Amino acid sequence: MAKIGIPRTLAYFTYFPFWKTFFEETGHEVVVSPPTTRAIMDRGVKEAVNDACIPIKIYHGHVAYLAGKVDCIFCPRLVSVRRHGDFGTETFCPKFLGLPDMIRLSLDDLPDIIDTRVDLKKGKNELLNVYLEVGSRLGNSKGEISKAYKRALQVQRDYQKILCQGVSPPEAIDLVLGDGAGAGQPRMRGYDLKIAVVGYPYAIYDSYINSGLLNILEKENVQVLTQDMLSDKVLNRQARTLPKDMFWYFSNRAVYGALHYINQGEISGVIHVTAFACGPDAMVDRLLEIEIRRRSQLPYLSITIDEHTGEAGVRTRIEAFLDMINYRRERR
Amino acid sequence: MKISFPHMGYSYIAFKWLVENIGHECIVPPEPSKKTLDLGVRYAPEFACIPFKILLGTYLEVAEKGAEIIITSGGMGPCRAGYYWVMHQYLLEEIEKNVKVIAFEPPLCDLKDFWKKINWLRVSGGLSVKDFLEVIKIAWEKIKAIDDVEMYSHKIRPYEVNRGDTTRALWKALEMLDEANNIEEIQDAKHEGLKLLGNILQDKSRNPLKIGIIGEIYVVLEPAANYYIQIMLGEMGVETDRSIYLTSYTRKNTIINLEGSIFEVAKPYLKEAPIGGHGVNSIGETILYAKHGFDGVIQLAPFACIPEIVAKSILPSVSRDLNIPLLTLFIDEQTGKAGVQTRLEAFVDLLERRREVKSGKFERLIV
Repeated sequence: MAKIGIPRTLAYFTYFPFWKTFFEETGHEVVVSPPTTRAIMDRGVKEAVNDACIPIKIYHGHVAYLAGKVDCIFCPRLVSVRRHGDFGTETFCPKFLGLPDMIRLSLDDLPDIIDTRVDLKKGKNELLNVYLEVGSRLGNSKGEISKAYKRALQVQRDYQKILCQGVSPPEAIDLVLGDGAGAGQPRMRGYDLKIAVVGYPYAIYDSYINSGLLNILEKENVQVLTQDMLSDKVLNRQARTLPKDMFWYFSNRAVYGALHYINQGEISGVIHVTAFACGPDAMVDRLLEIEIRRRSQLPYLSITIDEHTGEAGVRTRIEAFLDMINYRRERR
Repeated sequence: MKISFPHMGYSYIAFKWLVENIGHECIVPPEPSKKTLDLGVRYAPEFACIPFKILLGTYLEVAEKGAEIIITSGGMGPCRAGYYWVMHQYLLEEIEKNVKVIAFEPPLCDLKDFWKKINWLRVSGGLSVKDFLEVIKIAWEKIKAIDDVEMYSHKIRPYEVNRGDTTRALWKALEMLDEANNIEEIQDAKHEGLKLLGNILQDKSRNPLKIGIIGEIYVVLEPAANYYIQIMLGEMGVETDRSIYLTSYTRKNTIINLEGSIFEVAKPYLKEAPIGGHGVNSIGETILYAKHGFDGVIQLAPFACIPEIVAKSILPSVSRDLNIPLLTLFIDEQTGKAGVQTRLEAFVDLLERRREVKSGKFERLIV
């Protein structure tokens, strides 16, 4: 019985239902850091290496928040989650690969870090092996682990299903884990527009670092479609339309998501949310810009976030973007 | 076919010879200059790293000179370099340059594709398989000889009495290697070049500091991208050892030799390898330089280089544990030569002082 800390950023938005179910089924307590705040960000900026991108700095902040409150921090080393791409070598950004070591050496007084290596392209049962390792580090028996693992897989599958109905991950997490009291009421009136918002989950759904981008859009009566509302099968269909796949999991998803929505033809524009000096996004951003121009007439907006992003700036750009879309619609 | 390739240090001499002897016309890429970088910056994505921008600039310059095909390397991530060629092709199409970028992906990933491209190169040049292999062998010898000469020049430079002698001799040696056409001539040129360097007037009484240079491959290998840092340091009276040479995979006599063991060395600090680029190598090499008694280490990396950022966040711990000073230089299009020089001078002063305190002896590098 241990208290396990999970930072509410990076892969949280993709895998949290699985993690929480697994740890609770094996009899541990899960402590999640609160949604990002100014204090968490400032702490992260202070502790992390100055050249890192804002999501990594914020991750440092969340870990620092959890230190002292939990017995161990769950920071799996995400290496690959599937075989995909041109050589089947899809992986994550190098910062994800080095993340456990970065926090271990940058922060003081840390509790134990569970940095199990997740490299699923090696084989079919690899995920179970990963959790056998996690469980045995926490002192659970094999039987307990496989039972919890099965339950966690089921919850994760439910989570994907809810996402595919067009629910955003933070709401879907509430729904699937059962305490979704206020979440997901049906909207009374219809939307004016549909806009695809693509980018990394930790940039789109963390309403602190993007200054409430999704809320602004919602208030402007825009339906937001993200790549996480599509199944892998739908996304992967877009792979063949590019000269070479990216080798980053989250980047591939963002690119395929945007291309899928363009193909579908229901959206009025694409917004790409990216972090200042994000390595993979230097490529993703320009690729999207060129591909969208070649494949459609849709407008494209790229919003760069960093520690100085202010709400007024984001709001102005969104309003201008929407005005432009409406102007175009009227002229047509 | 008019073929060109990225400019990377002095290796263009060998690649030029290779392309010409396969039977194609070679458009030699010019040494990256302010103009190259400006061209690259104008069309490249804002946050692309400096090698991407310099390469794009180079491609535009050679396209101006009539190059039809550019040969470069691919990759399988997670470093961005593996996606360079795709992006470069997109951008060249966007600015309507009729240039095709052909990238060799690592043969272990896609052997068929690798063979197809190699074979195309051979057939379109009109060579038999035997001749083709021979040409490649000679080009490889040439790269090795170039690296040998360059490596030796960095050993000599801190002792030179007349500033600039070494660099001039190095140029003469490279010119000789440029003219060599078979293995014997290459060997002769190399020995001749080494002799030329060895005959420079030297002051052997000096006791140069030793600095190891680590970091991202392109900015380490391309002097024009790192403001000729090794020459600059050499002329300050510092002996430099560089961790990366194009041929370093095959040699054992340098301090940093085999890839596999580097990952093992870095393991106490970074448990994952590889993380793309030379991120893990930077950590491992710092440890090795510390163990071999170097006075300091300089990390060179492009701004926003992902693997080197990971390394940078870990290196302070290495530096503290092994007591070796470390200077990180992130290079982008805003970097100026004077800024680099000032920081290097301060770093060298610090190392000098540190050595004096340690040994209790007062020594000067160059007056």
